[in-house]
Amino acid sequence: MTDSCGAPDQSAPIGDVGGETVLAGRVVSGDAPVGGAFVRLLDGNGDFTGEVVSSPNGEFRFYAAPGSWTVRALHRTGNGETTVQADGPGIHEIAVAVA
Amino acid sequence: MSRENVLVSAQWAEDNLETPRVVFAEVDEDTSAYEGGHIPGAVRIDWKTELQDPVRRDFVDREGFEKLLSAKGISNEDTVILYGGNNNWFAAYAYWYFKLYGHEAVKLLDGGRKKWELDGRPLSADDVKRAETTFKAQEQDHTIRAFRDEVVAAINTKNLVDVRSPDEFSGKLLAPAHLPQEQAQRAGHIPSALNVPWAKAANEDGTFRADDELREIYKDAGLDEDKATIAYCRIGERSSHTWFALHELLGYSDVKNYDGSWTEYGSLVGVPVELGAGK
Repeated sequence: MTDSCGAPDQSAPIGDVGGETVLAGRVVSGDAPVGGAFVRLLDGNGDFTGEVVSSPNGEFRFYAAPGSWTVRALHRTGNGETTVQADGPGIHEIAVAVA
Repeated sequence: MSRENVLVSAQWAEDNLETPRVVFAEVDEDTSAYEGGHIPGAVRIDWKTELQDPVRRDFVDREGFEKLLSAKGISNEDTVILYGGNNNWFAAYAYWYFKLYGHEAVKLLDGGRKKWELDGRPLSADDVKRAETTFKAQEQDHTIRAFRDEVVAAINTKNLVDVRSPDEFSGKLLAPAHLPQEQAQRAGHIPSALNVPWAKAANEDGTFRADDELREIYKDAGLDEDKATIAYCRIGERSSHTWFALHELLGYSDVKNYDGSWTEYGSLVGVPVELGAGK
């Protein structure tokens, strides 16, 4: 039972996701990871669904549902976004480049 | 209600870091961000360990709130500027909480920590110690706090605004998508509730939308301006954000936050629950 609404550690091992659809990845600038970026999950209609702050290694993850998603990252050095089609449960890997 | 009375811009905040009788306070449930760097001079309030009773599922009582603010060095004469992560959710909750205990001189930093960081404004990791004060709180103002019986009675009568994401509203998810989905209670929403996710009230950088945009968003969703309103979410902090938009920015007079929210309602025995998307 999660009795809070803040995001857990974004760099912790994800472990067994069971039947969950996890969107996990990294915010990068060139080859370098970007920590402290505001990573926003938008649904297929472009509506906001969730937001986390990337770990010092640029990592983030969302517990979503099957569907089409956009992951958008905001950072003081620039913004960027990536779309992903998550067809089913499991870990879906994504990279988001900011510039 | 005028926006200037309840919100300050990041620029105003940066220009007033040294202003006497202005106290900045960062509010979060995960206070590790504060340790890494906070607005210079800002004190920290831990939403979970300092604003919640450690035993009962309720707030700290009046005396506890007085002790807390006194220890933080906040006096009744100070204007408190609240900010935090998560698009100011916990700061908005604290704002509502300060109002609940009668401290009127409180404002939110528009955009919170996110806007401050995106702007590249200064952060400090220095310890902040303010001299202890003697803060006096009032009895809780229940004109802005809703309890469960009142919420059940409001079905089909008042505006109920469910500010969770559409998937939480419909019953597909039990928590926001950035959290693992382990939960105990039933999924769904309170019958007759409108679904206006809190994020509709915010711009991408975390600042609040303009008043005319806000008014249109709630009107389009079916909010009846002539009726009283109760906002809820899962644990009451996202709905504090919407309470702020409706009560403080738009000035609707009878707006309450239901802090029990879905974790309470979705565990009640015998109450009606609705599934599916909003109408």
